[in-house]
Amino acid sequence: MTRTIRVAVVVALLGVATIAGGCAPAAMTVTIRIHYSAFDQTEISVPRNVPVTFVLVNEDPIDHEWLIGDSAFHERHRNGTHASHGAVPNEVTVPALETVQTTITFTDPGPVEYICHLPGHEAYGMVGTVLVGG
Amino acid sequence: MRRPWLSLAAAAAALLATAFPTLACGGLIGPNGAVNLLRTTTFAGYHDGVEHYVTAFEFAGGGGAFGSIVPLPDIPTKVERGGDWTLQRLVRETDPPDEALFRLDALAGGAAAEAEVLLETTIDALDITILRGGGDEVGLWAKNHGFRLPPDAPEVLDFYADRSPIFMAAAFDADAAAERGQAIGDGTPVHLTIPTDNPWVPLRILALGKQASETVEADVYLLTDDKPAMLPKAGAFAESDGLILDHSAAASDGLLADLRSDAGMGWVPSDAWLTKVVVDAPADAVDFDLAIDATGAGKPSPVDAGYAPFRPANPAPRSPIALYLLAVAALVMVVPLALERVTRGAGGPPPAGA
Repeated sequence: MTRTIRVAVVVALLGVATIAGGCAPAAMTVTIRIHYSAFDQTEISVPRNVPVTFVLVNEDPIDHEWLIGDSAFHERHRNGTHASHGAVPNEVTVPALETVQTTITFTDPGPVEYICHLPGHEAYGMVGTVLVGG
Repeated sequence: MRRPWLSLAAAAAALLATAFPTLACGGLIGPNGAVNLLRTTTFAGYHDGVEHYVTAFEFAGGGGAFGSIVPLPDIPTKVERGGDWTLQRLVRETDPPDEALFRLDALAGGAAAEAEVLLETTIDALDITILRGGGDEVGLWAKNHGFRLPPDAPEVLDFYADRSPIFMAAAFDADAAAERGQAIGDGTPVHLTIPTDNPWVPLRILALGKQASETVEADVYLLTDDKPAMLPKAGAFAESDGLILDHSAAASDGLLADLRSDAGMGWVPSDAWLTKVVVDAPADAVDFDLAIDATGAGKPSPVDAGYAPFRPANPAPRSPIALYLLAVAALVMVVPLALERVTRGAGGPPPAGA
């Protein structure tokens, strides 16, 4: 009897774990290609509280940036003097003809812009939006 | 052998009010990525299967290093210091100056693999490198050598590399110019000798890094054996369209003699046709080059003008692999039919209706 109960408890726990695992949002990967100084995706929808790995493929022979944040963040970077980025997940330099990736978990719903802030690149159209689901 | 043409490009005209060097027919990129290209003047001509291309940087004060990428139609066999008065003499021919304002001293100064370096030389404060490679390779070379290309550079480099993989990179060291005692307004002409049969004058490169609404201004002089046919056909448009045929006439004996007397200009023929084309257009409208047919056939190349793609958009399969794939596809279709016939012949069910 005791053994039967123990088995039942284990099975129940396994079941709960399976259900919980099945309900947990899976991490996702988004690939953004940069060609002729343009992002191939300019509107991307992602869920909230899920790690999203952005694979940034620079097909150009010049460097680009992928900086994502709110308007105050972008205003700082428009006038910033950083030669390159890399230590912070939402501030990435993508060297010429290279691929880099970064993982970000968005906790707040709403749109977030990503922009290349190298001189002239934003005006050239290197702007996109991540739409974070509620 | 490609069709011959000759060209000259010379110093930016005008007195410079800003602290930057200027040059003809190239994208000029400052250390902050800004492009500082003022009105430029280019002189192009063809004779005896050789192109002579002269471009000049004019020292305008200031400091630091600046660079330029200039597309070329073919590989130059010689890069040397150019003559001192070629361009200025041409300007005087078509736009006689107010003698009271004419300054005689202006005549005196005048991850991918990188691109392959074909030639390197230094002329005054200019480091000249002739490169061969695709757009990515040339762009990467430029990036790795301190050039900071503007965002439209990848597309523009491909635009040229598809037709000619030859580029000239010129790095101008303003500090070195100052140390050499170059005064503001002094020019450094560079003369390239280029055997080629692919005549065109790069114009789209003049819009490199400019905002769409910024104006591209350039004077292009052509010296050819006969009256050239051009594409776009300068003069066919209204001035607002930005390409104006400003002068077209047999070159005067005086002009030819003066040009011939300049350093490295002994190639100038005894008879020639002088053409001047003025470019004055918004940057986003200058998406073409000037193709030239100086042979008399009257057929400038749409490809050279940048109007037609160099490669077919959907090339027909011509490789053996494509033939193999076709053969495999045929087998995939034929074999089941053959097997079915064999099966039926071996006692399978008769065809319906039999």
